[in-house]
Amino acid sequence: MKRFAQLIQELELSNKTTDKMEALVNYFNEANPLDKPYVIALFTGKRPKRPITTTLIKQWAIELSNIPEWLFTESYHSVGDLSETIALVLPPAAHAVEKPLHQWISELANLQSQTDEQKKAYILTAWNSLATQERFIFNKLISGNFRIGVSNKMLVNAIAKQSGNDTNKIMHSIMGKWQPNQISYEELTSGSHVNTDNSWPYPFCLAYALDNEPEQLGDTNLWQAEWKWDGIRGQIVKRNGELFIWSRGEELVTEQFPELHFLKDELPDGTVLDGEILAVKNGMVLPFSTLQQRLNRKTINKSQLDGAPIGFYSYDILEHQTIDIRNEPLSNRRALLEKLITSLSTKQIVLLSPTIKFNSWNELATIRETAREINSEGIMLKHQDSIFHAGRKRGDWWKWKINPYTVDTVMIYAQKGSGRRANFYTDYTFAVRDGDKLITIAKAYSGLTDKEIKEVNSFVNKNAIEKFGPVRTVKPELVFEIAFEGIAESKRHKAGLALRFPRIARWRKDKKADEINTLDDLRLLLNANS
Amino acid sequence: MALIQFTNKGIFCKQGDFYIDPWRPVDKAIITHGHADHARWGNKYYLCHHLTKPILTTRYGIENEIQTLGYGEEITINGVKISLHPAGHVIGSAQIRLEYKGEIVVVSGDYKTENDGISTAFEPVKCHTFVSESTFGLPIYKWDAQQIIFNQMEQWIASNHSKNKTSVLVAYSLGKAQRLITNLKTSYPIFVHQTIQNLNDAFAESGVKLPETIKITADIKKDELQKGIVIVPPALADSRWVKNLVNPATGVCSGWMAVRAGRRWRSADAGFALSDHADWDGLLSAIKATEAEKVMVTHGSTAVFSRYLNEIGISAEEVKTQYGDEEEAEDKVEEEQIKTIEAS
Repeated sequence: MKRFAQLIQELELSNKTTDKMEALVNYFNEANPLDKPYVIALFTGKRPKRPITTTLIKQWAIELSNIPEWLFTESYHSVGDLSETIALVLPPAAHAVEKPLHQWISELANLQSQTDEQKKAYILTAWNSLATQERFIFNKLISGNFRIGVSNKMLVNAIAKQSGNDTNKIMHSIMGKWQPNQISYEELTSGSHVNTDNSWPYPFCLAYALDNEPEQLGDTNLWQAEWKWDGIRGQIVKRNGELFIWSRGEELVTEQFPELHFLKDELPDGTVLDGEILAVKNGMVLPFSTLQQRLNRKTINKSQLDGAPIGFYSYDILEHQTIDIRNEPLSNRRALLEKLITSLSTKQIVLLSPTIKFNSWNELATIRETAREINSEGIMLKHQDSIFHAGRKRGDWWKWKINPYTVDTVMIYAQKGSGRRANFYTDYTFAVRDGDKLITIAKAYSGLTDKEIKEVNSFVNKNAIEKFGPVRTVKPELVFEIAFEGIAESKRHKAGLALRFPRIARWRKDKKADEINTLDDLRLLLNANS
Repeated sequence: MALIQFTNKGIFCKQGDFYIDPWRPVDKAIITHGHADHARWGNKYYLCHHLTKPILTTRYGIENEIQTLGYGEEITINGVKISLHPAGHVIGSAQIRLEYKGEIVVVSGDYKTENDGISTAFEPVKCHTFVSESTFGLPIYKWDAQQIIFNQMEQWIASNHSKNKTSVLVAYSLGKAQRLITNLKTSYPIFVHQTIQNLNDAFAESGVKLPETIKITADIKKDELQKGIVIVPPALADSRWVKNLVNPATGVCSGWMAVRAGRRWRSADAGFALSDHADWDGLLSAIKATEAEKVMVTHGSTAVFSRYLNEIGISAEEVKTQYGDEEEAEDKVEEEQIKTIEAS
């Protein structure tokens, strides 16, 4: 357990990917072999069933630390993490016990069948034998929820470095079905329980943002224009009767999108498609907020399937009839793609991402302004002769996004952040003027530098008017420009409208609170869009 | 009438016509300690501990307007008996005890209950009213004994050396820096930023014995720094100068490091929960030892801490002050000094 606690601490402290990688590689070199599959399971979200409810754990912690419940709650607001709060408020451990990680996990699993009294006795004994950091880990093991900034991709890279196996193989292997108590680290990393040969994706080809006038790109005939979609970039692989869906993070997400499983029957073997996973209804793209309801879920219920149906807008074809065609010019690949997609018998789910016909850059600029009407975020420009590069390369592909909307607002509520920012007021609510009142229109927590956050934090400390639990009402004085991607009517919000993807564009220190926008300004924008 | 009032200028004693730690310029100011949120520039007269004077002189150039006292010494201003008592926070830090017609008030400024070996150890003073901070007034804050933390720090430094990394400890120039220098048991030379060395020199002149440190200058090679220990104030923690050292590893020394969020907030490679403030148990034991009938909580977790005190039968209320911006205020002073140093 100590070695695992050390790993967690190293991962949490380092900001650099290389340091995290080194910490992971060292861990897999040194750790107890039986622990390793458990760590992979934990980091990839394969969590065991909770043996004890949060309520009970919290209740026992409060009891043992001899503090009132409200004080525990205040502590929790300050720490931002329940497992950590409990680890900190408990009295110091009376003695030290060292057990390997896999033993703790299996002991916890065995609690499932026991009575609450037996569970309590076990937990209290454990708490009393662990130092603060290990106690925190132990509490995390109960909840099974480890979020420590290690993506599946990073984990896989570390395992690849440590084991010498191929990254895509490892990704496929750990995303498959396995039990940490039945497989060795070596079996797992070599992928002996799955056939990894079928799943290989290609590296995604990525575009740079267009930083010049499009006229600089020259002849319009040399360029293919498409809508830029705001979803999850994905790759669909069909080989030897098996279907795999990879996300841009090079994670396997096949199980998350059952709507696309028909491709297993309809796509020919040896086909790889590049495209965007989007919320799609009747062939039309829905806002990203709809897609979001479907992301990062282990299981999907019927109402989610109905409320946020998924589709795939195909951009490109990378493998055709088992042959890697990434070095063919785009125009050839596009022709093959069009033929393939139109031949599918299930319509309206997997579609061609349409190209845009245009005769001049000016005309395209005008078309681009209409992107929001179809939930697109701008235009992609791809050279007709471009190959499908591995990664980002300047010159062949450009993204030409529309500018966000902006509105000047004043901050009226502040709340402390969680995790990394639990000691600072980092979550703000912003308002616009509505007659002589202020009305809230957005909450945002990103877009400021650490230094600015400190400054706002000290403003909040000095200018807090009222407290509602963790929320502070503050003097309406600080003006922020909020950028957003769209605006929609909303019954849930007092203002009657909701902004899409609001974030702080900048702190307008040059503006006073009486210079902010009004609700009427936003209504005008809403009406203009509907 | 109460012996102290909280006004928009600071803690005011009407009977004595003086302020304690005022945040706006006043005629007479009694200063608990040298941190910038308590000791400010611009007062006509200062009263403080002998060892707070070198801080005010070094930082603000104040020299003639200062009267100093030792711990336990008494003077009377307009009939109010005033004495200073060790607060254990930083060198020279004092609790201010006021007595008038049998009523006793103690304003503690900032304090910690653990003896750090350099700031004279905290002594509880019996009083009717106790003015307390509550920077770490939550039960999540429970410090390890400093020996444990210094052992961890020494191990971290040794491990950095073996990996050809430069150990950079981030500590306030006033207080934490002297505490590190005094307590770190290593054979490595300690290099300190000029803001720290200036204070060390001033303390040495006033008779404080500090282990030897080397002022960082442009002449010192990076390899030499890698072989030693570097101490810089927080204002420089993320600076280009630090980034350009040989494989720098930064270790932040602060009570906030006890919580993961605090550790990750600073882009540090290591966090050491070494604080010059009392932890939860320290605050409670200090307050109980005063036997005060009333506790006024000035900064930190004021609402939570005063509520808890009331629940355990100690009458307490929170008061609004401008203390507690120790980090920000100290950062500012240090930044200004760094600018002055760089300009000269």
